[in-house]
Amino acid sequence: MKLSLALKVDDKDNVATVFANDITSGTHVVIRDKTGNTEEVEVIGDVPYGHKIAVRKIMKCEPVIKYGESIGRACADIAKGEYVHVHNMEAMRGRGDL
Amino acid sequence: MSKMYTFEGYVRPDGSVGSRNHVAVIPSVICATDVAQAICRQVAGTIGYFHHQGCCQLPLDLKRVTDTLSSLGCSPNVGAVLIVSLGCEGTDVARLYDEISATGKPVKVIYIQESGGMSRAIQKGIDAAQSLVLEISGLQRKTVDISNVIMGIKCGGSDTTSGMASNCVIGYVADKIVDLGGTVVFGETTEFLGGEHILAQRAVGGPDGPVGKKIYEIVERMEARAKAAGEDMRGGQPTPGNIKGGLSSIEEKSLGAIVKSGHRPIQGVLEYPERVIAQKGLWIKDAPGREPEILTGMAATGAQLLMFSTGRGAPQGFPSMPVIKVCGNPNTYRRMSHDMDLNAGRIIAGEKSIEEAGEEAFELLINVLNGQMTKNEALQYVSTMDIYCLGPVI
Repeated sequence: MKLSLALKVDDKDNVATVFANDITSGTHVVIRDKTGNTEEVEVIGDVPYGHKIAVRKIMKCEPVIKYGESIGRACADIAKGEYVHVHNMEAMRGRGDL
Repeated sequence: MSKMYTFEGYVRPDGSVGSRNHVAVIPSVICATDVAQAICRQVAGTIGYFHHQGCCQLPLDLKRVTDTLSSLGCSPNVGAVLIVSLGCEGTDVARLYDEISATGKPVKVIYIQESGGMSRAIQKGIDAAQSLVLEISGLQRKTVDISNVIMGIKCGGSDTTSGMASNCVIGYVADKIVDLGGTVVFGETTEFLGGEHILAQRAVGGPDGPVGKKIYEIVERMEARAKAAGEDMRGGQPTPGNIKGGLSSIEEKSLGAIVKSGHRPIQGVLEYPERVIAQKGLWIKDAPGREPEILTGMAATGAQLLMFSTGRGAPQGFPSMPVIKVCGNPNTYRRMSHDMDLNAGRIIAGEKSIEEAGEEAFELLINVLNGQMTKNEALQYVSTMDIYCLGPVI
């Protein structure tokens, strides 16, 4: 069966976006960058359509990078292939609470 | 030689060109809205700008409301204007009348209090609107160069497909219009947070020039307003729908949102009510992301149409300005094909390149300028408007 794709926008990114339905923990996907390089990873966590996974290990407090830019920071250690969203990363802008 | 592009538009006495030929009924204050609505219901060819402002506001906001209504009245998709005034409001009705009249289009005013109340004002207003419709409805479209286009762009109901498909398509169209000598305006200052350094780099004169500095300034102003409440912006931005769609932070939303502005230099920043007169190229309008306020701001700019990117599925439109929906999410497009004008989800599915989908979007843009209805126009989902004010209601 053809594996679903996770698209990595920029070479500096440490996350990729999965555009597929029914991606559950343990599913294998193929991370593809813009030049077409691919790498197969096992997904950790159930990932809805259009959500992100880590393309490498991301340490707590490390920036999460997409489009080659910081989109916030990890608030827990995140393993390669793990689901990345509001449960393990946080925005750093517009924060009146900081 | 590059290809020449033209469209068929309504040439106004001031030289601006409309894609539609509406009689606009403008209540100068919310208290005149019911009368204006009754007039619009009765008279074909009219649209109404039903906002919620115009009295008991700080002077800066009253000026802003007058400025915005004036710009809407001057906008090229409007062929004639009927102002409906209560008679005691805070907006400057005399200035509104003078400024719109200065464009050369016919303008009439009725006053509810002076007319003897609601029913008399409605009767008077119907007569006035009918005569305006008869006066302008025979106007013929003329062939004009594409450089007359002013396109507004916006994204709403975003998810992660927006930044990776639909906004890329709009960015392609934006670049093409700028290259052909037209004008493109984008806004949503809240959604510059985290991406302002990229925009400032693209400013004419660089990040340290006046335009670059102004970009940082409007973002700081917007962020300060959000933070002044002592709250975390999260929960409001990104919206719950954005989060369901996979956007994890305002930064991620912003970086995807600015993709729709394409790659051309940013010429300057327009204030919210400001109208484009001779400005060409790519401009920023300082407006928040919420639909009623930014659609109004874009129409006030003089945009003949707006290209709207969505992933979750935003169906709404504006009274006088057609809104073309470009949908990045193939699942949403399937579900909401009666609201979505273009399926950019085919990029995500790997069936189309950005350029192919961009060319398709450009062709649709010309058709809509020529008079083809957008899906929201055909369904009359056109009432999304309000004026973005800064101070409290007092």
